[in-house]
Amino acid sequence: MSTRLAKGGRRLDRSRKIEFTFNGKRLAGHAGDTLASALLANDQVMVGRSFKYHRPRGIVASGAEEPNALVGLGEGPRFEPNQRTTTTELFDGLTCVSQNHWPSLEFDVGALNDSLARFFPAGFYYKTFLFPRPFWKHVYEPVIRQSAGLGKAPKDLDPDRYEHFHAYVDVLVVGGGLAGLQAARAAGQAGARVLVLEQTPHWGGRAPVDGGTVDGKPVEDFIADTLSELEAMDNVTLRARTMGAAVYDHGYALGYERVADHAPGAEGPRHRLWRIRAGRIVTATGAIERPLSFAGNDLPGVMLASAVRDYVVDYGVSAGDRTVVVTNNDDAYRTAITLKQAGLEVPLILDARAGGGGPLAEAARGMGIRVENGKGIAKVKGRKRVEGVAICAQAGEGAVLEEVACDAVAMSGGWSPVVHLWSHCGGKLTWDTGQALFRPDPERAPTGADGAGFVLAAGAANGALDLAGGLADADAAGKAAAKQAGHAPGRKAAPKAETEEAAPIEPVWLMPQGAGPALRMKAWLDYQNDVKVSDVQLAAREGYTSVEHTKRYTTLGMATDQGKLSNINGLATLAGALGEEIPNVGTTTFRPPYTPISMASIAGDARGRTFQPIRRTPMHDRHEANGAYWEPVGHWRRPYCYLRDGESVEDALTREINQTRASLGLLDASTLGKIIVKGPDAGRFMDMMYTNMMSTLKPGRCRYGLMCSENGFLMDDGVVARLDEDTFLCHTTSGGADRVHGHMEEWLQTEWWDWQVYTANLTEQYAQVGVVGPKSRETLQKLTDDDISAEALTFMGWTEIDLRGIPARVFRIAFAGELSFELAVPANQGRALWDMLMEAGAEFNVMPYGTEAMHVMRAEKGFIMIGDETDGTVIPQDLNLHWAISKKKDDYIGKRAQARSHMTSPDRWRLVGLETLDGSVLPDGIYAVGEGTNANGQRNMIGRVTSTYHSPTLGRGIAMGLVKHGPERMGEVLEFGKTDGTFVKARIVEPVFYDKDGEKQNG
Amino acid sequence: MAKAVSALDGASHDGYVRVEEAGLQGMITLRGDLSLDAVRAAATTASGTEMPGTREIRAAEDRALAWMSPDELLLMLPYEEAPETVQQLQDALAGTHHLAVNVSDARAMFRLSGGPPVREVAAKLCPVDLAPGRFEPGEFRRTRLAQVAAAIWMPDAQSLQVICFRSVAGYVHDLLCDAAAPGGEVGYLV
Repeated sequence: MSTRLAKGGRRLDRSRKIEFTFNGKRLAGHAGDTLASALLANDQVMVGRSFKYHRPRGIVASGAEEPNALVGLGEGPRFEPNQRTTTTELFDGLTCVSQNHWPSLEFDVGALNDSLARFFPAGFYYKTFLFPRPFWKHVYEPVIRQSAGLGKAPKDLDPDRYEHFHAYVDVLVVGGGLAGLQAARAAGQAGARVLVLEQTPHWGGRAPVDGGTVDGKPVEDFIADTLSELEAMDNVTLRARTMGAAVYDHGYALGYERVADHAPGAEGPRHRLWRIRAGRIVTATGAIERPLSFAGNDLPGVMLASAVRDYVVDYGVSAGDRTVVVTNNDDAYRTAITLKQAGLEVPLILDARAGGGGPLAEAARGMGIRVENGKGIAKVKGRKRVEGVAICAQAGEGAVLEEVACDAVAMSGGWSPVVHLWSHCGGKLTWDTGQALFRPDPERAPTGADGAGFVLAAGAANGALDLAGGLADADAAGKAAAKQAGHAPGRKAAPKAETEEAAPIEPVWLMPQGAGPALRMKAWLDYQNDVKVSDVQLAAREGYTSVEHTKRYTTLGMATDQGKLSNINGLATLAGALGEEIPNVGTTTFRPPYTPISMASIAGDARGRTFQPIRRTPMHDRHEANGAYWEPVGHWRRPYCYLRDGESVEDALTREINQTRASLGLLDASTLGKIIVKGPDAGRFMDMMYTNMMSTLKPGRCRYGLMCSENGFLMDDGVVARLDEDTFLCHTTSGGADRVHGHMEEWLQTEWWDWQVYTANLTEQYAQVGVVGPKSRETLQKLTDDDISAEALTFMGWTEIDLRGIPARVFRIAFAGELSFELAVPANQGRALWDMLMEAGAEFNVMPYGTEAMHVMRAEKGFIMIGDETDGTVIPQDLNLHWAISKKKDDYIGKRAQARSHMTSPDRWRLVGLETLDGSVLPDGIYAVGEGTNANGQRNMIGRVTSTYHSPTLGRGIAMGLVKHGPERMGEVLEFGKTDGTFVKARIVEPVFYDKDGEKQNG
Repeated sequence: MAKAVSALDGASHDGYVRVEEAGLQGMITLRGDLSLDAVRAAATTASGTEMPGTREIRAAEDRALAWMSPDELLLMLPYEEAPETVQQLQDALAGTHHLAVNVSDARAMFRLSGGPPVREVAAKLCPVDLAPGRFEPGEFRRTRLAQVAAAIWMPDAQSLQVICFRSVAGYVHDLLCDAAAPGGEVGYLV
């Protein structure tokens, strides 16, 4: 059984007990434990069920590579699935549940899949559920999805806060192990700005577990000295609990800081995403031990040899009382020695190498441990945990020579450098035959803006697995990174570690090498996705020669651990099955992030009240107090209508329209774009921007203008006022201000850079209010001594007036078709103006109206709306706006495009009014059907509705639409096809429904 | 003019850095050829400062002049004086192609105070190297603050100012308050 040892555990504070629950069971650990070490200390060897076959699974590793020991962590809104117990710090009150089983971890119905495993080979789902085709989407997939999957999705809103942080450094060091610290020191001593990220809460990595001496000191002391030296350097920052998650182009990297995962609910953010721009990146990310592929290598109790050692040394936890070690390299002997020194039994070391190990093997033998060379595991005995191993010759087919009872197996198939961050941005790898590993190829580093490599691997991550070699490599990497970032490295020599002799590794991709089908289909490659040696071999037999295709066919390496343990073993197995060399098969692509990061950290502050910027006008609060029913317009919020007690939206619309047409309404038009165009060439520029002749506009006058794209399509419209000889004020649509301003600047900066024109977007400088209705002049006159009579301020004129101390521009324009004035005042006085108008208009029962009333009233007048009548494919001519297109000008943007044959075709759909025969409101966007069908057997379309409303003024539905030959077909009745299959009839009429002669706008 | 109210009317919030909306602030956009003596003279006369270099700001008493782009300056001055100063600039630059407009009402300004941590609060929201030595008083950066445009500078080593558009003042206020909330100390740029 696994248990807490009486002594040891360098990370533990044994004086502090920490309580937690697993599947409702109350358990205890110590401060410094990970959830995994605490579970092992409580003999919770089995921690979950596998994905496909629901096999019992236990903890395999001690770090980020863990494939099995995933739990649902936390409760309620803080519940999170698939959390790795090996990287979860234990905290008081932690609750977690195991995953992927029903009804319980111990007794699971899904385990039936395991007994049927021979019927679930690679590609099972693809093959079995292929026919009949429609069944996949509607029958098979929903059922399979129900029974598959790991953790459950959280149901409640995440209560925590997340943030980003932008950092700029010369050298980013990823990994705070011995190599990372030495690289940071070397770079720091050169004067570079250095940031070191370490994903765990601890510095120094695994070096203290493995031991050794550096500069004559125990490695643990060397780490402590290095740390205090780094902490004293102003130009070096150390950041624990922060994973280097990703490397992108040009030295951009992501750091994922788990600020409060170990203290849920603490003040402050839970995660912080560091967005780092680095001159050079040193990846000192260490290496991950590989499992060995033998039958039953997934039973709880079979662990990586390094993890078994970590748990003893770091946490004072034994994985078992009797541990069999199985290896193909010398490193695993350290585990046997560590266990023995801790007073635990090691009945046997199986070394697959016929020649056995080096000095470490001698040391183990010297401690009285039995070592068998050339031997391996035929299969592991036990159902829910290890009970023993059957031994065989590695060279054979698995004939059992002997059975040895044990309750844990420590395996080592060698080490794979963590090359993920090196590879994220295109760094290439080279196969190191001597060490049987892929390591970064320094000749093919990811390149930055200067064409030079910007990532340097260091230490074990660079394939320098031993202490002495790793330190020297890291020192060189740190110095090189600093130098490349523009700093002169010091001449101080790298610290010296004792070198250790070791016998070379012999690659073992299957144990025993001649294992038959029965053993191969119990030899796991990918624990998390349940992929076995037999699956990859089957894929090869079925013709999958590309590692990327095999990955997708078998799902090897596609789980949340992204194959950290399985990739190399899997591709070696594939290479074996194909009779290829490993480097010819290659690796799959390493993609960020290194381990999963929270979606919320990516969103950062973009949630809740700061999800998106909401633009508010100066009168926003007044609208809110007045019952505004909001509508988003771009990022603006505009009142759609103002709801009074008990009113429906339709009621409010009718009330607002009737009031405005009869007496007086107010519209907050502050969101309209307002762009100043000024300069000696402003007139010429305006003539190019607009289809109309703008240069002839007189100061004091306004003109409605159309703006087209280069392709001739109508992109914006609005009223232009000429302020003086040199200056125009362009009103744009609410959503179009920034786009139009950008459009103007682009032409000025790229094409007409020699024209003397400046623009400024003054949209937000002014609060703008439409004072609309027959009583508008009377109301306004109460607030000013200036003359705003029909004679002094004619239609489409503007002037400056004083409104009880507020300076205002007043425009005589009439979008609703009534007598109206649009007032522009400094935004900071907008609220005061609004209050004044509400007070002055009280005697006329003044009401504010919203965007929908505005839409209905403009539609009653047949005025078009950008975004309704236009959709990026409509030209002004389609909308019968020929009157606004100057024929006198040589050119304007869009003119040439509008002369294309298709643009001048008489068959283009053009604007008309539509009236249903029954007075009903046409559905929006509905199509008019013509005779015959098209190539797809659909009815031919001859028009569509672009705006449709109930007009309270007329008491019936009104609509505008684009219809083929529309203006020539006045009076014709069209059929419009509704989504329910029925048709509605509407007559083509003039688009102006109300006050056709335009008398109302004159009051 | 008595009824003028800034976007958030001086709202303030104390986190580990104090965030306050700075109230009414006069601002004038001046566009012109910045290499012309006339333009430089008009600008510096109005500001009472030297001409700022690229990405710089120069301040004197209640006025400041900031470099916005190769052909644009931002003049900061008391709110009430903006309309008159626009007129003075236009008069001074009569005959020289330029654009001088009052943008006081189009903007909101925030002041972060409380010492060196003002740097890291801004660094949570702006992709700018705000490390001491890399961003110092006298520098002026147009950047983005989360999802909106902003300009930032440090009047002194203890505080940082932000200008954004008026309509998003509430959004920027909320962002700054969240970034400055206790417990969020990064301890990096100090």
